[in-house]
Amino acid sequence: MAEKNKSKAEHAHDEHTAEHFRQKHLMLDPLPRGQMNDMVMEAMTGKPTWKFWLTVVILGSIVVYGLGYSWYRLIAEGLGIAGVNRPAYWGIFLVNTVFWIGISHAGTFISAILRVFKAEFRRPFTRIAELMTTFGLVQAGFSIFMHLGRAWLSYWLVPYPNERMLWPNFHSPLSWDLLAITTYLLSSTMYLFLPLIPDLAMARDKSTGWRKNFYRILAIGFRGTEGEWTHLRNAMNIFAYAIIPVMFSVHTIVSWDFAAATRPGWNSTIYGPYFIIGALHSGMGAAAVVLAVVRGTMKHMDYFIRGEHFDAIGKLMLIISMGWAYFYFNDYIVQWYGGDKWTKQLLHFHEAGPLGWMWLAMLIVNIAIPWAILWNQKWRSNPWLISIVGILINVGMWFERYLIVPVSLAINRMPFTWRLYIPAVEVYLSLGTLALFILFYVIASKLIPFIPVWEVQEGQLAHKLSKFGRETVVTVSELE
Amino acid sequence: MATVSDLNISEVKLSEEYVGKWGMFINQDVCTGCQACVAACSMENNIPFVGDEDSGYGRTMNWIRIERFWEGEYPEVKMTQNQPMMCQQCGHAPCEPVCPAFATVHSQTQQLNLQVYNRCVGTRYCANGCPYQVRSFNWRDYKRPEPLPNQFNPDVTVRRRGVMEKCTFCIQRIHQAEDKARSEGREVADGEFTTACAQVCPADAITFGRVDNPESLVSQLTKEYQGVRHLEELGTLPNISYFKGA
Repeated sequence: MAEKNKSKAEHAHDEHTAEHFRQKHLMLDPLPRGQMNDMVMEAMTGKPTWKFWLTVVILGSIVVYGLGYSWYRLIAEGLGIAGVNRPAYWGIFLVNTVFWIGISHAGTFISAILRVFKAEFRRPFTRIAELMTTFGLVQAGFSIFMHLGRAWLSYWLVPYPNERMLWPNFHSPLSWDLLAITTYLLSSTMYLFLPLIPDLAMARDKSTGWRKNFYRILAIGFRGTEGEWTHLRNAMNIFAYAIIPVMFSVHTIVSWDFAAATRPGWNSTIYGPYFIIGALHSGMGAAAVVLAVVRGTMKHMDYFIRGEHFDAIGKLMLIISMGWAYFYFNDYIVQWYGGDKWTKQLLHFHEAGPLGWMWLAMLIVNIAIPWAILWNQKWRSNPWLISIVGILINVGMWFERYLIVPVSLAINRMPFTWRLYIPAVEVYLSLGTLALFILFYVIASKLIPFIPVWEVQEGQLAHKLSKFGRETVVTVSELE
Repeated sequence: MATVSDLNISEVKLSEEYVGKWGMFINQDVCTGCQACVAACSMENNIPFVGDEDSGYGRTMNWIRIERFWEGEYPEVKMTQNQPMMCQQCGHAPCEPVCPAFATVHSQTQQLNLQVYNRCVGTRYCANGCPYQVRSFNWRDYKRPEPLPNQFNPDVTVRRRGVMEKCTFCIQRIHQAEDKARSEGREVADGEFTTACAQVCPADAITFGRVDNPESLVSQLTKEYQGVRHLEELGTLPNISYFKGA
């Protein structure tokens, strides 16, 4: 009798543990396949509310004014209406380019690096992160073309055969920038598309009307046969490994734009890794914000995106923040120790100049706040708290790029030309790129399944609870 | 032991070994800061007048400028000497490798840094690379009120907005003199022509000529005064020597 009771209690305990795991982990909380497909379809095809249209109209008008009208004025009247001057020849345009390329890095990091390392928590939000790469790179491209004095001749930077045998200068980091960003944009778009194919096929099977045709074209006839899956998996594997060096090269080349110039403060050999860790820092923060917004605004997303995912992103943010702090102070101390008098002046200008508050704010929001908040599992699992931290990190990283580009340009080896940079029309253009980035997400939420359903289902099939002795543990069977 | 000169890199030369072609000697002791060179340069090279608003915001378009500073703390301040600053026509220029469109190129025959206006797309990277900050950018299409359009120099292009420009050592005059000398079957004589800034300088503070000819006036003055070059430590191999005695 006693034995029976004991086993009953143990059974109840097991039930309790299983329930606990189920609530916490998406991978252990499987739903029937059809139901999950319907949930994703409903989140996507649901009739747009007035809030949706209001968001689209507001964002659209910011895009039209900021990117359309302001850029038209910039082209028609010249860069005189912007705030760039001598010596700050590069202003917010380049700040935004670096910033958006940084944002785009988290997408690849989450999607490719975590896929290669088989981090299971990535499954529900790889798509959202990949979209961030593509959308962010579009903004970076806009920012870099806006800043050209003669943007209508920007095709001269492309190596194309012509009768004058003129080629771009391959000594210049800017030529490589163009090639790297184009490569990254193309490969990240393809890498976004590949895991999307099974979901598009699912959407095709479940929709009617124009959507059916739309998804039929995009799904390129995917039927889910064994052969198709094998090809798809191979392609995704190749892309996941191939896109990682592309990602690292892009921001390294962006950092060379600065490191290759004879300029105090810029001419630093550590800029490559420093920029990459900075990119991941801002990108991870942005990923947390996007996830929290998607979870808060779209239907059924609280099933797919849970505290565990914010917890995992929070841990990455904390580690990356520590890495960034290391590289920042490494760069700082090496420059300070180098003892060049202009560099010393520049460092002093960073801290104690008119924009010293920016320098201090950068250190607080990039280091102090993440370290103070993200160590606590409960806090970092809270979507709103972590997205506030994410926004702050992004503000801090934008400040960092602002300090690197126009503020560092203000001090050079010719004191006669020292002058501060005051942004003008760039502000509208920056807001335009930000609005376009959000608008892309808003529109994509109605056209693209935001959750890679097949990936979640595959993960759920592979995960199960097993008992080793008295311990209940999560086991993952080897997939593929 | 390997030295720098053993490296088989044609671009890397020690500054002692480097000899340019055209160069200048500027005697800061006699410069009065009258800005005649600035005005002459603007007229010779069709440089637009940007107006006081843009000028006050750091968008002056001068290929040559006179720099002057206060030195010391308040009661004991003194003015430094006037320092005419223009493109140093570096032998190893930081502006050249960074241009993605080959708009900033090195002339092998003239040993000058050229700016190809119609190839420039306006990345302004060269200006960031230039440690002397002597490049001017056409921020707008600046208006030239009447009768200014009547004094355009027909030998020099008029630049439009979005294009970088800088001192060319009056390359149109160099070509004119060379063409004339070639048609007469001789070499260009020292002092036969000079740049606009050197021509108008009332104190003869600027001397222009061949620095690869040790007999030329500019070489002799550089040698006699032991002229120094600006920011030579960056390895830019500038072609302008300055002398500051007092």
